[in-house]
Amino acid sequence: MSEVVIETRNLTKEFARDEFRIAALKHASIQINKGDFVALMGPSGSGKSTLLHLIAAMDRPSNGDIRVLGEDLRSLSDGAIARWRNAHVGFIFQSFNLLPVLTALENVELPLKLTRMAKSERTAHATKALQLVGLGERLTHTPRQLSGGQEQRVAIARAIVTDPDLILADEPTGNLDAASARDVLEMLVTLNKEFGKTIVMVTHDPHSAKSASSVRYLEKGELLPPGAKPVDWDA
Amino acid sequence: MAIPLSYNLRNLMARRTTTLMTALGIGLSVAMLLSILAMVEGLRSAFAATGHPLNVMVMRKGSTAELNSTLAQETFRIIKTKPGVARDARGEPKASLELVTVILLENPEIPSGININVRGLTADGFAMRDSDIRIVQGRMFQSGRREVVVGQGIADRYPMARLGKPLQFGKGEWQVVGVMDAGRSAANSEVFCDLFQLASDQNRETTLSSALLRATDEVSMRVLMNTLADDKQLSVDALPEAKYYADQTASGQPIQAVGILVAIIMAIGSGFAAMNTMYAAAARRSAEIGTLRVLGFSKLAILTSFVLESLLLSLLGAIFGCLLALPLNNLETGIGNSVTFSETTFSLRITPAIMATGFAFALVIGGLGGLIPAASAARKEILTALRQN
Repeated sequence: MSEVVIETRNLTKEFARDEFRIAALKHASIQINKGDFVALMGPSGSGKSTLLHLIAAMDRPSNGDIRVLGEDLRSLSDGAIARWRNAHVGFIFQSFNLLPVLTALENVELPLKLTRMAKSERTAHATKALQLVGLGERLTHTPRQLSGGQEQRVAIARAIVTDPDLILADEPTGNLDAASARDVLEMLVTLNKEFGKTIVMVTHDPHSAKSASSVRYLEKGELLPPGAKPVDWDA
Repeated sequence: MAIPLSYNLRNLMARRTTTLMTALGIGLSVAMLLSILAMVEGLRSAFAATGHPLNVMVMRKGSTAELNSTLAQETFRIIKTKPGVARDARGEPKASLELVTVILLENPEIPSGININVRGLTADGFAMRDSDIRIVQGRMFQSGRREVVVGQGIADRYPMARLGKPLQFGKGEWQVVGVMDAGRSAANSEVFCDLFQLASDQNRETTLSSALLRATDEVSMRVLMNTLADDKQLSVDALPEAKYYADQTASGQPIQAVGILVAIIMAIGSGFAAMNTMYAAAARRSAEIGTLRVLGFSKLAILTSFVLESLLLSLLGAIFGCLLALPLNNLETGIGNSVTFSETTFSLRITPAIMATGFAFALVIGGLGGLIPAASAARKEILTALRQN
């Protein structure tokens, strides 16, 4: 039996808007096993990013249970969550989110600053991660000196440098041209297939979703059953 | 582990115009404080450098300054023979009867003139000070002649009191025959002349101002001062010469108080400027703050990073402040002495300790100015921070 990496039950997230409460995610229950590559799809406002943020513990649920990598995220303090995220989760953003004043190597080295690694070891790890994504020659380049595709590859290197169990990607190809998007997706597939990483990717692009081993759809804050698609979803 | 310092340094460099303007604002506050402290230190140093440790100043009971003290020749004859007074090679007591008065000297900056101390003394009185004073131009005044020797500070600031010039005071003209370098001591702002010539000029042949006695040692000095003070017939006060001058540092207190108040007001302004800069930095880098939190950096790490950045900014301000104030070092100026009612010339002194105070002052401005924006940056929820761009 496969090891369960993510398990949510009746997970709900509500936001207060003036006197109204808006449910961004309603009673979502999902189970993702080790080595899965799951794409979360759905129209804008369907709750897919909200679910991803809850899995990454970037936000706290209003109701329901969530266990990720064996941790009950609701019971952890802010500090414990930060340490847990640093050690176990790699996050890839749509707009790369590199620190513009740091070089590619320094950006990738950042998460390692929170470990007990010596400086030389950190540099070696970050260099290796950049070599893995094909940027071994761009270590000293700042984000402004890189193309969008290269920036996203640096972001992937940063996400994998701590050797996390889980990689979460929020529209990782959303800001890329077709060729760069293909490169990024190939990398994610490699990380999943060859390195056994569990990946959850939010996307609205059906082509990107094909890289995943399974796709789950959301609509109006509800996670649809496996195989079900939103009404009028013509992709 | 903390967010690397290079992140803060490079961010400061990336917005160099804002950084420079804020640092310059802090620098001006620091320069203001440094110039006030340099003035107080220069004044303190001038008075602290005056007075032999074994010299005792004797004045009329109740007098606070030589200018309002009177001492009769007869009294002087008694006090110089008291036990504990040192003797010179001839066996004569080391004692100096002196007359102090003020004259009005004009200078180009203040045409209406400024009070300057004139001290009448004998060769014995000069000899009691010769370890601190040397004639650097011309020669010593001769007794019985209308000649003066002026302190270097006077010669520098008053063109009419330079070597070879005549000075008009009392009953007529006095010739400047020498310039004396008295180091940083108060004699640098005085005019020395023959005691009896001055006494005659001022019609004070029998009643002069004060006496200076050299004690043989510290114990004798204390005994001598007690003996003189306890003698009701003499009706005099005796105190260490060094203390008499050190107490005159109080003359700088009003300017010190106003200066420090102005520096504090400027510091509050600079603190708000630093706060504004750091608020803008936190707002501009909101997504970066969110990203750092996603990578695992704690709220405390974010707070520390932004406070450090503000401290770096203020450090640059402190360097600017020191560079602005350094040209004032050794600049000669004068201040009205509220004890002697005359001007004391002195040099502004920017010492390492004063510069360290300037750095500490800047760091307080930066630390306090940066704390609130840093706390606000650290408190942001991750998703809020990521969306604010």
